[in-house]
Amino acid sequence: MGFFDVTSKIIKSIAYPSEMVPSIDDHADDGEHHFDPVTEHESAKLGMWLFLATELLLFGGLFAAYAIYRAKYPEMFMDGSKSLDVVLGTVNTVILIFSSLTVAVAVKAIQENRIKLVKLMLWITIICAAIFAVNKYFEYTYKFSKGIFPGTDIFYSIYFASTGVHMLHVFIGMIVLGILLRKVYKGKYSKENFTAIEIGGLYWHLVDLIWIYLFPLLYLVG
Amino acid sequence: MNWLPQSASTFAPGVDLILWLVTIISVLSCVLIGFLLVYFCVKYKRKSDNDQTPAITHDSFLETLWTVIPTILCIVIFLYGYIYYDEYTTTPKNAVEINVTAKQWIWSFDYSNGKKTLNELYVPVNQPIRLVMQSDDVLHSFFVPAFRVKQDVMGNRYTYINFTATKEGVYDLYCTEYCGTAHSDMLGKVHVLSKAKFASWEDGSADKALKASAANIPPAELGKQLYSSKGCVACHSIDGADGVGPTWKGLFGKKRLFVDGSSAAADENYIKESILYPGEKMVEGYAPVMPSYKGLLDDSEITAIIEYIKTLK
Amino acid sequence: MSEVNEKNYLENGEGFASWFFTVDHKRIGVMYLWAIAVFFIIAAIASFLVRFEHLTPGQTIVSADTYNVLFTLHGSMMVFLFIVPGVAASFGNFLIPLMIGAKDVIFPKLNLYSFWIYLAGAAIFMIALAGPADTGWTFYTPYSIETGANVILITLGIFVLGFSSILTGINFIVTMHKLRAPGMTWDRLPLFCWAAYATSLLQVLATPVVGITLLLLIGERYFGLGFFDPARGGDPVMFQHFFWFYSHPAVYIMILPAMGIISEIMPVFSRKPIFGYKAIAYASLAIALISFLVWGHHMFVSGQSKLVNIIFSVITYAVAVPTAIKVFNWLWTMHKGSIELSTAMLYSLAFIFLFTIGGLTGLFLGALAADVHLHDTYFVVAHMHYVMIGGTVFGFFAALHFWYPKMWGRMFDEFKAKIAFVLIFIGFNVVFFPQFIMGTLGMPRRYFNYAPEFQSLHQISTYGTWIIGAGFILMLWVLMRPLPGKAPGNPYRSVSLEWSMDSPPGTFNFDEIPTITEPVYNYGTKVEEES
Repeated sequence: MGFFDVTSKIIKSIAYPSEMVPSIDDHADDGEHHFDPVTEHESAKLGMWLFLATELLLFGGLFAAYAIYRAKYPEMFMDGSKSLDVVLGTVNTVILIFSSLTVAVAVKAIQENRIKLVKLMLWITIICAAIFAVNKYFEYTYKFSKGIFPGTDIFYSIYFASTGVHMLHVFIGMIVLGILLRKVYKGKYSKENFTAIEIGGLYWHLVDLIWIYLFPLLYLVG
Repeated sequence: MNWLPQSASTFAPGVDLILWLVTIISVLSCVLIGFLLVYFCVKYKRKSDNDQTPAITHDSFLETLWTVIPTILCIVIFLYGYIYYDEYTTTPKNAVEINVTAKQWIWSFDYSNGKKTLNELYVPVNQPIRLVMQSDDVLHSFFVPAFRVKQDVMGNRYTYINFTATKEGVYDLYCTEYCGTAHSDMLGKVHVLSKAKFASWEDGSADKALKASAANIPPAELGKQLYSSKGCVACHSIDGADGVGPTWKGLFGKKRLFVDGSSAAADENYIKESILYPGEKMVEGYAPVMPSYKGLLDDSEITAIIEYIKTLK
Repeated sequence: MSEVNEKNYLENGEGFASWFFTVDHKRIGVMYLWAIAVFFIIAAIASFLVRFEHLTPGQTIVSADTYNVLFTLHGSMMVFLFIVPGVAASFGNFLIPLMIGAKDVIFPKLNLYSFWIYLAGAAIFMIALAGPADTGWTFYTPYSIETGANVILITLGIFVLGFSSILTGINFIVTMHKLRAPGMTWDRLPLFCWAAYATSLLQVLATPVVGITLLLLIGERYFGLGFFDPARGGDPVMFQHFFWFYSHPAVYIMILPAMGIISEIMPVFSRKPIFGYKAIAYASLAIALISFLVWGHHMFVSGQSKLVNIIFSVITYAVAVPTAIKVFNWLWTMHKGSIELSTAMLYSLAFIFLFTIGGLTGLFLGALAADVHLHDTYFVVAHMHYVMIGGTVFGFFAALHFWYPKMWGRMFDEFKAKIAFVLIFIGFNVVFFPQFIMGTLGMPRRYFNYAPEFQSLHQISTYGTWIIGAGFILMLWVLMRPLPGKAPGNPYRSVSLEWSMDSPPGTFNFDEIPTITEPVYNYGTKVEEES
């Protein structure tokens, strides 16, 4: 098996995990490595909750750094916070909270087999995420134009590091939701099979939740 | 065989007591466990595949026993550790302060009377000392095994060590926080002097006496001593190996290329200038990290070092 | 019997792709085993060079800078590529489903992805060797910010490896919650699974913190964020707090699976139930939980406040007690047993003894006043290696021998394996015992150069590496040359579930998911309660 074959197979298996071919496919259906649907559903949810816990701990490190340096340099945090754009931040907060609502509706809708509604809601969620990203882009470039970069001072380092890592999560969320949406169009999900949408939704709620903490800590303390 | 370094501070006996205490506990535990391991292996060796064994699953008495005894031992060890640590971290009222600055890879000491030394710390015996330490660059750690004291040194805050030396002598000082290439050469000496000797060191008469005796040894020999005692050794090799700074081997008379493109031969004046103003003429390929030795070496000492370099062919 | 299960997992599919794209937990476990074995060998070679360098003070074979690279390479590879993923990912993957009566882990594909992520992280790590870091495996700032070495790539590699660790942990936890066979109640769960459960919890809860720490370190080098750089108003001690908040629990990620292995082997070769099953199981969890609260004991001389140091010292002693309990429970499992000194049992007994030394020397370091003297000396190096080699690696070797028939379907030459054991045991002690003495005498660690008075001890230590090296080679040679003939399904007459099937197991482990009716380690004859 050549290098190219292996590479393409890796890419395929990541892009289409459900079509992935286990080593045993020559001998039997791969159903043997699957478990009963109830167990799979519960397990996927438990696994996702554990993963969300790790995400919280990841941001926990940033929050800890925030707490330590805010106690050490209160004035720097006051001034820095005042320089952030509260209006844009508020708009972004509203957008994210709204997108959390739409993704929740999507999860509910798939359980009732209302596929059209699912599509609409996922579209809205992804568009909200995109608007959030555009706003953030303007916010960042405005800061850069004023000569403020990561490393300008500790406050801005925290600001860029935490909103940057959060932004990364928004992008990952968009990709996840996009893949889900594509599969909805392919008719992969129904009220019997909605686990993926449910845990994708959980992930999006986390992205929202973290922002709800970041917003007041960074924008409103000034 | 000796397993503890010599003990030369008021803190050392307390540490040694803990080391002995835990060693005794450890040896007894190891002997007990080792003995039982071997004894069980011999006594209960498998005789046949049909050996009958009792299905014992637990024993509340034994389990309580080996929960309670280690707990008690742990509490005792903690308390000893705490008591002596408390003593160590409490600064005596009459402590004399000395400022310590660590830098890759040199210790420098500033005394209240304005004196400054490199890599050599002078303290009077039986006098509580408080070191106020900071670093110019990365983390370092001040460690004198004979005093059993150690403390990291960093750039953003002062850290402190208290000690009272109890025995006259010269003791090793190590850097114990990894700090790069010459970490293991960031060494120093602590000179514990009698009150009288310390006084004469302080007013400079000891220096003069030392100079007088130095006058009796050939300059190249003196230069060799200064090479290790003033910290040159950390960056400059004498065997041709490239280090943080250029090697001294074959240095004298060699053409030096500088970062600004100019060049010069390494003669007496160049070397003297490089010792006093190291940043002036930077040789290509080296970073400007050398501290100035202005005020730390007098002219005769610099001459001695130059003479020493001349011998390194 | 299903058609597929007629073939054992090793024969079911040939060639690279049948392994690289498998979702079979046993094959994935075996692939981890190969991978960690390779990194173990590379890292071990680095350590042999480090020791060889110490034959004489000053330069023996390499320069100071190369020496600094070598010990960084040794430490970071051993920690992040061998010992953290090590036992849990290899034997954990292979054994957990077999032990709980499941046909696979709950997320088989995720399991394969975890392995790929591990390989990706390892690959980045290897690329980073082009300009290898010289920071030590702890990456202390500000040195790691200022050094010219390739710190970014190596930390990125470790960051990626962290994902593998987290996903494996999640997989194992959910597997043990959801896939236990009927009747496999928590109090019948084999102790290896308990240990793996505790390990997984640590992996899931601690790894993200080192993830963000290393990410910030990368940001520090790219953007000059300044969190950990005193020159920019940051605090290097905060980096140490963040780093050890992961890396102390990581110590237990390394040792807990090995403890689980010992708990499996002791009953089999003593033919007795494990003594104090509940105590060992709960001790695993207790150790895991307390291990989150003791990170500060790595920082007693870092400039923490006195009160903080005292608190960390107290909690450190609290973690010593459950560890002591385990040691005595293993010991007492042998009492009145029928003991067979197989190679696996010898490694287990050596584990108990060496781990005891490792644990006891931890008592020195937990005592505040004594730690001031011993911190960052060879005493710490010796202590850590008694726990990591005497503990984890000996446990790992015990597992290699013990489950050898199950994994490969063949037997190995016990006699030669025992010779290898003797060499490794003696060599190990010759290497590391002198380091305790050097440490108390004040020999600092990470020292390229040293004072002449330490030379004889350094030389003894170096000679030891030659003995242990010979032992490693012999062990590898023995294990690579299995005896002819097929191994029986249950060569040790074990009552554990993983021995109830053929060796090696079929692809789907059990023809039918078993129902568990008996307690675990059900050896010996019931004795009447003393009345």
